[in-house]
Amino acid sequence: MSTNTQYTFKDFKSDQQVRWCPGCGDIAIMNAIQKAMAQLDIPIENYAVVSGIGCSSRFPYYMSTYGFHGIHGRAGALASGVKCANPNLSVWQITGDGDAMAIGGNHFIHEIRRNIDLNVILFNNQIYGLTKGQYSPTSLLGQVTKTSPYGTIERPFEPGELVIGSQGTFFARSIDNNLNMNTEICIEAEKHKGTAVVEILQNCVIFNDGAYDYLTDKEHKEDRQIYLKDGEPMIFGKNKDKGLILEGMNLKVVKIGENGITEKEILVHNAKDPKPYLQLMLINMKYPEFPVAFGVIRQVEAKNYDMVLHQQIAEVKQKSPLKSMDDLLASGDTWVVE
Amino acid sequence: MDNSKSVIELERVVIKFSGDSGDGMQLTGTQFSETSALMGNEVSTFPDYPAEIRAPQGTVGGVSGFQLNFGNMNINTPGDYADVLVAMNPAALVANLRWAKDGGTIILDIDMFTEKNFEKAGCSENPLVTNKLTNYQIIKVPITSLTKEALKDLDLDNKSVVRTKNMFALGMVYWLFNRELDYTEHFFEKKFKKVPLIVEANKRVLSAGYNFALNLQLIRSYRVVKGKIEKGRYRNISGNVATAWGLLAAAEKAGLQLFLGSYPITPATEILQEIAARKDMGAISFQAEDEIAGIVTAIGAAFAGKFGCTSTSGPGLALKSEAIGLAVIAELPLVIVNVQRGGPSTGLPTKTEQADLLQALYGRNGESPCVVIASSTPSNCFKYAFEAGKIALENMTPVILLTDGFLANGSHPWKFPTMKDLPEIKTRIITQQTEKYLPYQRIEGTTIRQWAFPGMKGYEHRIGGLEKMAVTGTVSYVPENHEVMTYERKRKIQEIAEQLPLQEIDGETSGDILIVGWGGTYGHLLTAVSELREAGQTLSYTHFNYINPLPKNTADVFQGFKRIIIFEINDGQFYKYLRSELPQFNYLRYNKIQGLPFTTSEIKEFIIKTKEE
Ligand code: SF4
Repeated sequence: MSTNTQYTFKDFKSDQQVRWCPGCGDIAIMNAIQKAMAQLDIPIENYAVVSGIGCSSRFPYYMSTYGFHGIHGRAGALASGVKCANPNLSVWQITGDGDAMAIGGNHFIHEIRRNIDLNVILFNNQIYGLTKGQYSPTSLLGQVTKTSPYGTIERPFEPGELVIGSQGTFFARSIDNNLNMNTEICIEAEKHKGTAVVEILQNCVIFNDGAYDYLTDKEHKEDRQIYLKDGEPMIFGKNKDKGLILEGMNLKVVKIGENGITEKEILVHNAKDPKPYLQLMLINMKYPEFPVAFGVIRQVEAKNYDMVLHQQIAEVKQKSPLKSMDDLLASGDTWVVE
Repeated sequence: MDNSKSVIELERVVIKFSGDSGDGMQLTGTQFSETSALMGNEVSTFPDYPAEIRAPQGTVGGVSGFQLNFGNMNINTPGDYADVLVAMNPAALVANLRWAKDGGTIILDIDMFTEKNFEKAGCSENPLVTNKLTNYQIIKVPITSLTKEALKDLDLDNKSVVRTKNMFALGMVYWLFNRELDYTEHFFEKKFKKVPLIVEANKRVLSAGYNFALNLQLIRSYRVVKGKIEKGRYRNISGNVATAWGLLAAAEKAGLQLFLGSYPITPATEILQEIAARKDMGAISFQAEDEIAGIVTAIGAAFAGKFGCTSTSGPGLALKSEAIGLAVIAELPLVIVNVQRGGPSTGLPTKTEQADLLQALYGRNGESPCVVIASSTPSNCFKYAFEAGKIALENMTPVILLTDGFLANGSHPWKFPTMKDLPEIKTRIITQQTEKYLPYQRIEGTTIRQWAFPGMKGYEHRIGGLEKMAVTGTVSYVPENHEVMTYERKRKIQEIAEQLPLQEIDGETSGDILIVGWGGTYGHLLTAVSELREAGQTLSYTHFNYINPLPKNTADVFQGFKRIIIFEINDGQFYKYLRSELPQFNYLRYNKIQGLPFTTSEIKEFIIKTKEE
């Protein structure tokens, strides 16, 4: 669908005043998505941005595209309806850890299972922001919040695990303050034919400030993050001297040059591996034992529901003797009373 | 007893086939109905089956029944009491004896009347002994053994043999009412094309039953006179299929693709099944992960320019409430079909009740008006589903269509329309490029907004569940604006009354008593009223299909009567609604909440009693 449309990211901004708190990670993520949209060869009227409820779900109002701000938890269903109605659209589902992991968990797993061609941007700030600071399904065990004054007693979800468990075909992770990485990943997500889930770690400056400081801290970030790219070795660190290897059934961080380890021993990332085992291990890497994995962790080909849906309709329609309602009304056994 | 072979002529007959869930009573009943319809009778049917797919065999809980009423004219209900009751086992007899008419005929499979089966049916002794059956003509037939006998030289396993015994019963009843066998024979030839042995077995048992009855001198044979039925082309249709077709017809008329987002729920599931099959006509069916996703995908589709619909039953409507509110505030066209059943909670999933009128009218957060209409016969589910689509698409609003379990499963011959008989549907898709598209700008002289959707260049806009600024549609918390928008949404629904047909009165326009019904009770009320008129009573009757808004002449219709009796299969929901909308009138009510339709006799009794008061 080449259109020769030339956009800049500003073309995607609406005239509405952005009402997120100053410094909120949402602002940076929106900038990245607008940049990505400007780079994609899709006419602006073919974008539909839909959301549920939560701070991040205000997103559609700030876009100049078609947008639909739905109800709590139902962003996945709304997006599924839009895309299945018109597969030519580029549908972006903006959701948060409350919207997608708690109240909308059911829609989240099923849209992924169906592999509807959607871009699901999951803003994960590990807290309920809009309701002012209650724990979410991704809050850390023991986290003190307004509804867990003595610490949470729930184990958190790892969104990527849910994606894999739902037979997801695309999962990427990123972080709000990395504009370039976010832009790249969003472009990858749009190009993927199927449900592309992008988890973006997002700082809520008001209710969970600093949740990701350990990752963004200038001094250490390169040692604590690894940006995975398909076909490239899993190397990270300020001096590009650390890597990941498999030891038995487990991942292990090694130092290149130590104990006879050379670059050759380092694992090469294969996002296209249909078997998700290694990808699952990468998703689950936690600081301080491991760097946290960013980038496109999984991207495999599979038929997407919306395409198959319309193909099936076209096929059975072509074969059917019923060409109109009048045919249907008169089909089967009828008789005449005289 | 009349032993002569003379044929008795009747105007209408009620038959009830009953047996175990696995006995094939639904098929038997359907075959009889369709054969009768083809032979020129009017027919009305009512299947009555247990909620459990395979309730324990032989128990009263596992009894499946199919009642049908056929005759020469004015068959509006499946009938109150059966002239002929077929009971394939003791449990079926125990469960249905109360529905057998005094003096009626009961046909039993006597092979099944064993100690063990008495116990399963919950009887300590033979129910033929313990019940007073002197009022009935009891015909005891060893159906199971005669079926086995008929098939003894076919190479068929015992299970398959026993499965055909319903055809023996059907054969007998066919003879009893002078029916032809060919329709059913063709049915088996088509259905089991690949298994000729099964075709042969069913045909043999059918004629064995027919011949047995012919040779059994004890049975009277009846002829039901052919009716003076309106000329035209007919077909059989059930309420659920008619609903699905009505939605499809609305989509075709409007030039839109139908999108049904739905989740299976009794007794609404056939609507989803039918639309899924109609992918062959270009419909999109989406079996969602739950009720909420069912409606929300439909709203997404409506946002994307499709004719969005969802189908459900009471508990599902409850789950959809929040999303209906979203469609209300987003002002998108949407049809929500609610096939009502007994509640609350899971309630009576397979039984009928006008359970959800108040839920449909009021069951949402905030001031959230939407259109509520109801169909009143299985076949007019088509008309009202079409109408629901027309109202939704022309007014950019959600419409709730209420049917019920009785209408959904019931069926009758239908003189079906052609598409050119149906009115136009004028969608609100924007055609003229204005300065800038403002999503909540009203079309001049109306409160209706215009529809633009993704893919349309130059109309990009945002909508959602937050309160909208009038005209621009941006988010607004301005106090006065909320009031303005609340009244705009209200007015939009009220103004739809202008598009609706006037409420009609059947009978005198003034008098002592006006009989009022709505939705699925139509057939029973009409029959009761006609029978009372035949008996010399003067009566006025009006039946509602449009509930919100009410037809604009409703008060004028009520004006002429001292007392208004509202008949409902619930605890008075329409009664409450009318008392709040039109409090100036004197309302009485008659309610039944047993998961069953009215009987015409109870309606008649109540009317007579009230008249005498
Ligand atoms: S509360 Fe937190 S998530 Fe919400 S806008 Fe403010 S900073 Fe962002």
